[in-house]
Order: sequence, then structure tokens, then C-alpha cells
Amino acid sequence: MTHVLKVILQEDSDDGVTNLSTRSNFDNNLKQLNELLLNMASQTEKAIKEAMLALINQDMEQAKAVIDGDNEIDDMEHEIHDKALLLIARESPVATDLRKINVALKVSSEVERMADMAVNIAKSAIHIGREKHITEIVDIHKMMEIALEMVTESITAFYSEDISLAQRCAKRDDQVDKMFGSLIQELLSFIPHNPNSTNQIIQLAFVCRFIERIADHSTNIAENVVYLVTGERINLND
Amino acid sequence: MSINTLTRQVYDINDLNLWYGEHHALKNINFPINKKEVTAIIGPSGCGKSTFIKTLNLMINMVPNVKMTGEINFNGQNILDEKMDLVELRKNVGMVFQKGNPFPQSIYDNVAYGPRIHGIKKKTHLDEVVIKSLMDVALWDEVKDRLNTPALGLSGGQQQRLCIARALATKPGVLLMDEPTSALDPISTLKIEELILELKEKYTIVIVTHNMQQASRVSDKTAFFLMGELIELDTTSTIFSNPHDSRTEGYITGRFG
Repeated sequence: MTHVLKVILQEDSDDGVTNLSTRSNFDNNLKQLNELLLNMASQTEKAIKEAMLALINQDMEQAKAVIDGDNEIDDMEHEIHDKALLLIARESPVATDLRKINVALKVSSEVERMADMAVNIAKSAIHIGREKHITEIVDIHKMMEIALEMVTESITAFYSEDISLAQRCAKRDDQVDKMFGSLIQELLSFIPHNPNSTNQIIQLAFVCRFIERIADHSTNIAENVVYLVTGERINLND
Repeated sequence: MSINTLTRQVYDINDLNLWYGEHHALKNINFPINKKEVTAIIGPSGCGKSTFIKTLNLMINMVPNVKMTGEINFNGQNILDEKMDLVELRKNVGMVFQKGNPFPQSIYDNVAYGPRIHGIKKKTHLDEVVIKSLMDVALWDEVKDRLNTPALGLSGGQQQRLCIARALATKPGVLLMDEPTSALDPISTLKIEELILELKEKYTIVIVTHNMQQASRVSDKTAFFLMGELIELDTTSTIFSNPHDSRTEGYITGRFG
């Protein structure tokens, strides 16, 4: 079980099912929608981790598996969109109910983009192949860990509608941006002394960019959480 | 209060309280109603919305043991003032009800009824008013060849539009609608809704509705009543996207009521 699912299922166990709401059908469907989204996020989190491992261990099979697995995540996004549209058509939701569906749609698109980033990282791993790494990629790994924590936090914030967690998550994006800037500088400085490794250096720079984008998508999810709870749109990406 | 605000407001209701005998049915209602806007009133059964709309033309006076305090200023005049001319008030404030209730007369006579009792006798003038009113409610094309046939022969939706035409024939500034589509089929309902959107170019409309989607489709402002209190009055887009009061949210999302 991935981290996202573990955190959320723990929280969910306290939530006794004593729902006597007049909109219980709607609430149940919305819950199913969010569970689909959680599964999708969980698969994506796994894909990002595996893509990174494929890069570090230069494991081509694992990289290919990440690329092949993306179709399943795309299908999950389509399922979420279909279910959301059906809920809008059949239940005519308003106010918070409508925002919940709207945000679920947006979050699923952000998650789908993150999964695409995992595919891109896996492709870069394949482009580098088994060529010896010119540098220890410790810092890239560190940046990835922060980005992955942001993924978990943003999805948890979405599920638990926790604004403060969403804001905390967004703050960490600055750290990722800074690491990205210095890593790119460092990687570019290798080129003059390692002209034969230019391809690898560029691929690693791409990987940094993909990780930075994953962090940005998490921040977008965090913004959507704030909108979901307050109805206010804010920009946490600055 | 600026002159602009004053001229935009048709009604300015201040601290309105209403009792049916001992029962306190409306509590401290403060409610401005703007000219040429559609104001929807929503709320669960028994919340006071029909009572409220009936105060706007003092139809409520027909209920025994009603007592009111506060002010209902209509175009600057407090209609709760004893000197208020009720006939004049109701000429200016038309009303339609849940179910079309045409008189057992011809289509023409239904629409001509109001203008006649207000003194219009000349046939050409009456014809003009009847045609215009029927055109305003988009019924003219459907009935122009049978104006002298009984109004009760029309369909439910047509009867309701006829009643709106009858209300418009006295040239009111305000049209009150108390659940005007609750007895109609979906297509007739949509026709009335289209009509409301067209009529608001000329009239101020207040509509009581149980149909939340209807309120969100046709109104500019929405008021939520609960147990005799006005809980929230705001633009319809705010009420249906991000209401401020959790009770409004609970009601419009179907969590209670």
C-alpha cells in the first residue's frame, strides 16, 4: 500500500458510517468518486517512485513497466471524469457539492499530469541507459523525496479538506524550486569537462525539470483544496 | 441612503413582524427589492415565504387574526399605513398562484377583467390591452383565433400564462408569483421560466418556489427563509455557489428541509 492510501485510510477509520443525510445517494457517489481519485493518486505515486528507482538503478525493465502502466492511470482519469459528469447531470449539485466535483475533476487532471512526468522520467532513464552516471545523483533523489512528500500531502489535504496542510505543502514548493535552480547550474557546469556525456547531462536536467513539475502539480492541488473549502481562489505557486 | 439606491428600490421592508394569532410567522424581516430584478424566495414548507409574498400586496389581510408591525415601503409609501388604497396597491402589484385559476369566462374577458373594473370601457382600448398582455406572455399566437372560447379549455400551462396576462393587463410594476409552475409539466414550466426572464425587462418579479433549480435559473437575487426568519439574501450566484450561512448551504444542497 502506498503512503497516500495508508495515511488516508487511517484517518477514514474514525469516520463512522452513520449517514442519514437526505442526499445519501449523492454522498455515497461522491465518496466513490474520491476513492477512485485516491486509487489513481496512489498508482501515480507508485509510478513516480518506480521511475526514480529505474533511473537510479539503471533498470530498463522497471522503466518500461512505468511507461506501460500509464494507460491504466489514463483510464482511471477517464472513469473519474465520466462519473463526475454523471453526478452533475443526475444530481444537479450546487455550492460545496458542486465545488467538490469540480475540484475532483481538476485534481484528477493534475494527478494525470504527474503520472505523465513519471513516464518522462522513465523515458529519460532509458535514454541514459546503462551509461555510468557522471555524478552521484543524490541531490536529484533528495528533490524527488520532497516532491513525493508534496504529492502525499496535497492528496491527503484534498481528501481531508485540510487547508493548513495544503498551505504547508505549497510552501515546500519554494524549496524544490531552489534545488532545481542549483541542480541545473551544477549539471550544466559538467558539460565542458564531459562533452561525451552531454546526452546524459541533458537527460538528468530534464529529470530535474520533471520533478519540479510534479511539485508544481501538487501545489495546484493544494490551491484547489483551498478553493474547495473556502470558495476563494488563491495562487500558491508564486 | 443615496438617491440611486432609493430609485432602484421598489420595496424597502424594515423590521417586518407578522403574527397569525399567537404564532409569530415573520420575524424582523429587512428586505430591499430592486426594480426590474427577479427575486426568488426559497425555504422549507412553513418557513414564511408564502406569508411574506402575500404581505407585498396585502393579500395577507384576507387571513383572519393577522397582525403586522414594521414597514413595507412600496415606491416610498408604507403600505401598512391605514390610509393605503388597497385597490390601487393591487392594481400595481399583480399576483399569480400555484395553479392557473382563470375565471369561467372567455379568454378575452379574463384578460379584460382588470382593465374593465379600473374603468376602461372603450372596445379598441380594451382590445389593445388584451392583445399586448397576451403577446407579453407569448400566448397570443396560440389563442388569437379563439379569444371568445372558454379559458378553462386551455391547457394547464396556457391557463397559467393567461393568468399572468390577466395580471399584466392592469399594467402593474410588480408581479408576485407564488409557486407558479408547481402544477405544470416540465415544458410548460420552462416556458414560464423563459417568460419570467423576458418580463423582467419591464417588471419587478418576486417568485416563491420550491424548485431550487428554478430559483437558480431565473432569479437575480435569492432569499432563504427559515422558521419565519430571513436567513440570507444575496445574489443568486452567491447563494448557489458559496452561501455564507451554513443553514442556506444545508438547504440548497438538500441536507435538510
